[in-house]
Amino acid sequence: MVVKINHDKCMYCGGCVGVCPMNALTLQETRLTVSKKCNECGICMQFCPVGALQ
Amino acid sequence: MKNISTDVLIVGAGPAGSTAARELAAQDIDVIVLEKKPEIGCFKRCAEGITLRGLIDVGIKPQKEWALGHISGARLYPPSGKNVVEMTGDRMEGYVVERKVFEKWLASRAVKEGARFMVKTPALEFHRVGDKCIVKTQFMDEPVSIESNLVLGADGVESKVGRWAGIRALNRISDYHSGFQYEMAGVNVDDAYIHLFFGNEVAPKGYLWVFPKKFSANVGIGVLTKEIQDKRPMDYLHTFIDAHPDMFANASPLEVNAGGVPVAHNTEMVTDNVMLIGDAAQVVHPLHGGGIVRSIKSAQAAAHTALLALEEKNYSQKRLMQYQDWWDDAYGVQMAKLMKIRSFLERLDDKDYELLAEVLSGEDIMAAVDAKTTFFMKKLITKPSIARLVKKYLSG
Repeated sequence: MVVKINHDKCMYCGGCVGVCPMNALTLQETRLTVSKKCNECGICMQFCPVGALQ
Repeated sequence: MKNISTDVLIVGAGPAGSTAARELAAQDIDVIVLEKKPEIGCFKRCAEGITLRGLIDVGIKPQKEWALGHISGARLYPPSGKNVVEMTGDRMEGYVVERKVFEKWLASRAVKEGARFMVKTPALEFHRVGDKCIVKTQFMDEPVSIESNLVLGADGVESKVGRWAGIRALNRISDYHSGFQYEMAGVNVDDAYIHLFFGNEVAPKGYLWVFPKKFSANVGIGVLTKEIQDKRPMDYLHTFIDAHPDMFANASPLEVNAGGVPVAHNTEMVTDNVMLIGDAAQVVHPLHGGGIVRSIKSAQAAAHTALLALEEKNYSQKRLMQYQDWWDDAYGVQMAKLMKIRSFLERLDDKDYELLAEVLSGEDIMAAVDAKTTFFMKKLITKPSIARLVKKYLSG
């Protein structure tokens, strides 16, 4: 399982990418994606200023 | 596949990337800057405050096109709103800038020197081949392969360049603010000042700000990520706006922003063929979170080292380490002191904030921001009413 991205809420700030210890998140322009490397540690969820990661 | 070769490839066209591009191009170095977004300067992740002194320090004269709000000081509000501390004087003079214009202006100066930019062109892959780097990118549906001697990672908090090249440029939740902001019109504040609000109900282990621009204001918040539970920075900001109709009754958002702010320097800055600058290198001031001036400084220092490395045709980590050593010499001691003060501030409860606001002057706070810890300590010691705060400070 990987973290779920709510694209309606995502502000594409890239802040979550910078805290991901697995390097599983990538931001391209306005498109945030998560790879299989995600181990659901929850750090990005805790960071997200708007709660776009679940 | 289009193949390009250049001396230096810079990933990211923010203040750091464009500054390094300009410095290098001015010395006749071939420079290409990649910007993944369709437009340089958006979407902002910034409160846009900068001091005049900071601008002068990096050799930039304020321009009316981007230096919008003219600021003469700061007002710091403890949770009760009483005993507001005012910081004024030459040191506090500054601007709230329009980043969208500022960044394009910086990029245009680099272009004038001969640097070339590519927009909507993300760095997708990084490889080393012999003594060179290959970065794969793409513009529209055309793949592009760029060969260079050096790659400067100016790719922000979400930096991939560092991680691709082998630098573990990771932010920790205990050293990273989660930020949220509205740019609003119709905010009722004294627009000669920036306004900072403190308290554990307002912005846990961070602060909330109102930075007036010319016809709008940045109203934002930064909260230490480690502290976030159910209530998010967005929720804290909404609570504050609702609780202050005096300021916001007639206000409306023009823009909404988010972002992560590194408030510590926990990363290496160089490896073979690669240097990190700006947010990718975690260079912001750990107390106020300001990063524009320091990012530009890091870019200037990295460009200086890059020039020498190119001259010597030596792109090894050992050669590039000159940049990191310079940074550590210039900021290492100051950063350690600021981290101590940051840790102290993070241990304060709301009553402590009230006490500090009662006894500290703007000058005292300036000493803390400047990492003058001895001066700051003396000030704390001379006020018997805050003796227990001195203990808190020393226990860190």
